Amino acid sequence: MATRLLIESTSTSTSNSNISHSLRDLLIEFGDLARFSGQFVVRFWRRPFEGRELLRQMDEVGSKSFILTSITGLAIGVVLAMQSRGTLIRFGAEAVLPSMLALSVVKEIGPVFTSLVLAGRLGAGIGAEIGSMRVTEQIDALEVAALKPFHFLVITRVLACMIMFPILTLWTDAIALLGGYMESYLASGMDYRIFLSTAFESLRFSDVLVDTLKTSFFGFIVGIVSCFLGFNVRGGTREVGTAAMRAVVGSSLFILLSDVIIVRISMLLFGDM
Amino acid sequence: MKPEPVIQIRGLTKSFGPIEVLKGIDLDVPPGKCAVVMGGSGSGKSVLIKTIVGLLKADKGTINVLGERVDLLAGDELDKLRLSMGFLFQSGALFDSMTVSENLMFFLERHLHLPPAEAADRILQTLEWVGLPEKLHDYPAALSGGQKKRIALARSIIMEPKILLYDEPTTGLDPVSVRMVAHLIVRLQAERGITSIAITHDLLCAEIIADEVHFLQDGRFIASGSLEDISRLDHPSIVTFFGNETIHPV
Repeated sequence: MATRLLIESTSTSTSNSNISHSLRDLLIEFGDLARFSGQFVVRFWRRPFEGRELLRQMDEVGSKSFILTSITGLAIGVVLAMQSRGTLIRFGAEAVLPSMLALSVVKEIGPVFTSLVLAGRLGAGIGAEIGSMRVTEQIDALEVAALKPFHFLVITRVLACMIMFPILTLWTDAIALLGGYMESYLASGMDYRIFLSTAFESLRFSDVLVDTLKTSFFGFIVGIVSCFLGFNVRGGTREVGTAAMRAVVGSSLFILLSDVIIVRISMLLFGDM
Repeated sequence: MKPEPVIQIRGLTKSFGPIEVLKGIDLDVPPGKCAVVMGGSGSGKSVLIKTIVGLLKADKGTINVLGERVDLLAGDELDKLRLSMGFLFQSGALFDSMTVSENLMFFLERHLHLPPAEAADRILQTLEWVGLPEKLHDYPAALSGGQKKRIALARSIIMEPKILLYDEPTTGLDPVSVRMVAHLIVRLQAERGITSIAITHDLLCAEIIADEVHFLQDGRFIASGSLEDISRLDHPSIVTFFGNETIHPV
């Protein structure tokens, strides 16, 4: 009996110690991520400016995500219109469908869905690419050739995400509204002029501006988290895979958490709609 | 009079956490000579070469390269010195998203800002020098191990460095490729007067390229001299390392 108690107590203390170690590692990693983000802010203003690589990365982030965001937008618009129509009809409010659609898409669903979809595609891509460059010594090769890998790999990718996320979000919003209109036309033969005027009269410029620009911050999150995890890979292909997976999970979680904070701040600044 | 060493290391120590990997290394490499560092796996060879080029920071000791203290330099000053040094990585470390030509051009256009025609000329000449001009537009994935090493060597010398550091330049290559890469290293030294340090446990390569060999064990040099002399020493680690190999002067 005494032996069993001793074993139980040891296993509880081991599991407590494991939790405290994991928590400590997590906090250390957050600290490192904060320092990495700080380096981005400091080095962003210093030479060299990798303009050509920035354009290449914008193409990588932008045009290669175009179809993905288009499908996302279309699905959002059609599904949202289909699901809301029945409820609105029950309350005799079918006419407000375009404004409800526009508000939900532009203010929340468009920016967050687009960013999450992009986090999936780009987080994994950036994490794996930079991670494999780390384990095959390509980052060291840049370093010893005095080519500043942080500028070439990190700043260009983060900046490309910050620029392209709002643009892709606007595109997704537009496609989502198109999808919503198509559903409305097929279901009730709604005229496009009525759809457009009802949709846009409910939107304020500040809604579009703030809720689209917040995706620039989401782009920063995806870029910096993925680059950080890729840059710090140690080991081999298994660790590269883990970094890619963690880049997607980490970016997505940070997007959802920061969205809560941004929405609260924008409500304080611009009022509740 | 003995010439001033181009690379001079004194009392170099480097630890990772509680593990002391280098325990007071002293090394002099005279101009135009090739020093080969040999030793078993985990003896600290790669750490030594990465500390010399500033990829790792020394804990104690001094590293003097071309009259500059690498251990004290950082940022742009270190980058300036690195332009005089080339580094051949164990894996080659070619950028796999770029063709061979782009791999070489990448260095030239960022540092020398040469006109495109002149840069293309230099790339072709360098590829001819390593015997692979036909691989100009190939991606690294399409190259064999030996070809990758030769292209990586071409990339290391395209900036015309005064010093070259080789990290296991022939690991994983067949004997024919080992000879080819090793003879290129010897030619570099003879034709361009490049001073170099090579980390290797490949006896064939060391036989061809070494002017002086240093045997590293547990973070310390336990023997220095010619490969032939070291191979005859009656030290258990050295006997195990060399096995029954007979070393002939090249």
